[in-house]
Amino acid sequence: MTGRGGRTIKVDTLARVEGEGALYIKMSGERVSDVKLRIYEPPRLFEAFLRGRHYSEAPDITARICGICPIAYQMSAIHAIERALAIKISPEVRLLRRLFYCGEWIESHALHIYMLHAPDFLGYQDVIEMAKDHRPVVEKALRLKKIGNNIVHLLGGREIHPISAAVGGFHKVPAKRQLKELVSDLEWALETSLETVRWTSTLDFPHFEQDYEFVALRHPEEYPFNEGRLVSNRGLDIDAAEYEDRFVEFHVKHSNALQSIVRGRGSYLVGPLARFNLNFDKLPEVAQKVAAEVDLKPPVKNLFRSITVRAVELVFACAEALRIIGEYEPPAEPRVAAPDGRGVGQAITEAPRGILYHRYAIDDNGLIVSAKIVPPTSQNQKRIEDDLREFAAQLAAWSLEEATWKCEQAVRCYDPCISCATHFLKVVVERE
Amino acid sequence: MSSDSKRKSAKPAAKPKIGVFKFASCDGCQLSLLDAEDELLGVVGAVEIAYFPEASRTMLKGPYDIGLVEGSVTTHHDAERIQEIRRKCKTLITIGACATAGGIQALRNWKDVDELVRAVYASPQFISTLKLSTPIAEHVPVDFELRGCPINKYQLIELLTATLVGRKPNIPTYSVCMECKRKANVCIAVARGVPCLGPVTHTGCGALCPSYDRGCYGCYGPMETPNTASMTSQFRILGQNDDQIARAFRSFNAWSWQFRKASEECKRA
Repeated sequence: MTGRGGRTIKVDTLARVEGEGALYIKMSGERVSDVKLRIYEPPRLFEAFLRGRHYSEAPDITARICGICPIAYQMSAIHAIERALAIKISPEVRLLRRLFYCGEWIESHALHIYMLHAPDFLGYQDVIEMAKDHRPVVEKALRLKKIGNNIVHLLGGREIHPISAAVGGFHKVPAKRQLKELVSDLEWALETSLETVRWTSTLDFPHFEQDYEFVALRHPEEYPFNEGRLVSNRGLDIDAAEYEDRFVEFHVKHSNALQSIVRGRGSYLVGPLARFNLNFDKLPEVAQKVAAEVDLKPPVKNLFRSITVRAVELVFACAEALRIIGEYEPPAEPRVAAPDGRGVGQAITEAPRGILYHRYAIDDNGLIVSAKIVPPTSQNQKRIEDDLREFAAQLAAWSLEEATWKCEQAVRCYDPCISCATHFLKVVVERE
Repeated sequence: MSSDSKRKSAKPAAKPKIGVFKFASCDGCQLSLLDAEDELLGVVGAVEIAYFPEASRTMLKGPYDIGLVEGSVTTHHDAERIQEIRRKCKTLITIGACATAGGIQALRNWKDVDELVRAVYASPQFISTLKLSTPIAEHVPVDFELRGCPINKYQLIELLTATLVGRKPNIPTYSVCMECKRKANVCIAVARGVPCLGPVTHTGCGALCPSYDRGCYGCYGPMETPNTASMTSQFRILGQNDDQIARAFRSFNAWSWQFRKASEECKRA
């Protein structure tokens, strides 16, 4: 138990993550000899059965890859198809799509910060146990989450697998009055998000900094959702069409999710930390100010501070939603007509957990000939293993139980979504 | 005074234990439980969440009073695991289209699965998967099947409440059309000629798609007694070809026997 001998940190079913995975870390003394993030979530083979489907079905089919971030799948699919068919959307629809994404970010980030991640910092097994001592905090979290869901519900018809987003626009768009009804809740949510930033900054963070390659979208005027070039802190600056030239997916035996590296370099990190570090200047003033107040400035390299960065993104999403609602005018048509015709299109959008890449090739009849989907968690997978190799070595003096919990926490900082990645978490630390 | 002290000394009745189990799925149906923001703290006050890895590190061994199963069976390991879960659960409830009809991943059932695996994975030898994606009820007896892709969270709460108090859950089995009429929607199929699966689809979504100006795409699966042959001829009248009709039946509930039969009448493979 003192870490002098060899041991295995082993978590057979990783809790408070979306989907099924396990973690296995083998150690002898302070040396980590093996790290495996094992994703045993069964493969569902989406790319294969998208072939032969009409492109208009892709947003609804790919949404089913993930019940937590269906909007991300709909947005990446729709934007890739619109590029393939050279469809230009109206500025009003463009804004509504940003608002739709704000809803998913608020819902997903509130769920992760309070219900999946905070119990780690406060020493609880789950949010239910946490609610016994911190009921007002949990009630606030639920209200925040619900406000995000209300946006999704209004624009999409329901929270999970919404039905209104379509190639060319939406099936139906809301009236101005319906959006205005969200304002007072969103004003409360903005205040609560600011409190969330301050509250998470008081938590006890392990000191764990790594030299990450951060990868995120960057747009000239906005904090990114659906558009922009893909950039990194190591000089990457590409269009979505170049993604497959610069990133390589490979298949390891212990995982049903493909891993991903930057060609010629190695693992990289996507998600809130990457977005914040690469796009800090595009955050609204209210988010920049609260970040400065809690001494959070780019580049943030401590993985464990991602909970606060996620809270800053909550502030952004609430402020952005309020801005959009303030400017909203319904489009003349909810969607522009989508033609049948061949083409190839790629798109990257920012899911709550990081970049989500889709590519479709479409034939003359509008049927999908081939599809490729690279979700954020499979891109972070290799980086998680690299982090654990470094992090577990620092835990040699800890008891096995404590070390195991800490390693689980490190994985949860990524808010991994295993359902997405197979399209992942059990922890095992083995000490020899 | 005395009753108060009696209450203190009496042992509280054990809360019913609930386990939430996942098979091949997107996690959306179990997320519905966490999405019931207004009801969640009430629900967890009435039951003991004994196994729910998406929400908790606490994973108690069974037996469980109620088991909620999400997802379909697609691996040998899962085919064995569902047997063990059935043995541990007094009442077994399947939630969502994957668990009740095989899910979207059942589209493999018409293809050569090895070829599909080769299309997605560089080293197909690492992947172990069954030829078919099948609903839970094809493996073990199921006490209640809650439909939908995703399920309706209010139906889930109604079902849990009814199960806990021992009454029949109020979950209608008629078609989406009934709900659509009640919402006073103008029928988009009749008025505008939009192909809509509402007449053969199980209610529960709130007639969402027609309310958003699009045809129902059948995510709640077949209603109790669907007339799919009539649906098919209606789709033909609206100008849909066999391939399009087969695709309409072949989505999130493709392997339900009614939709499966309807799609195979239009397209063999």
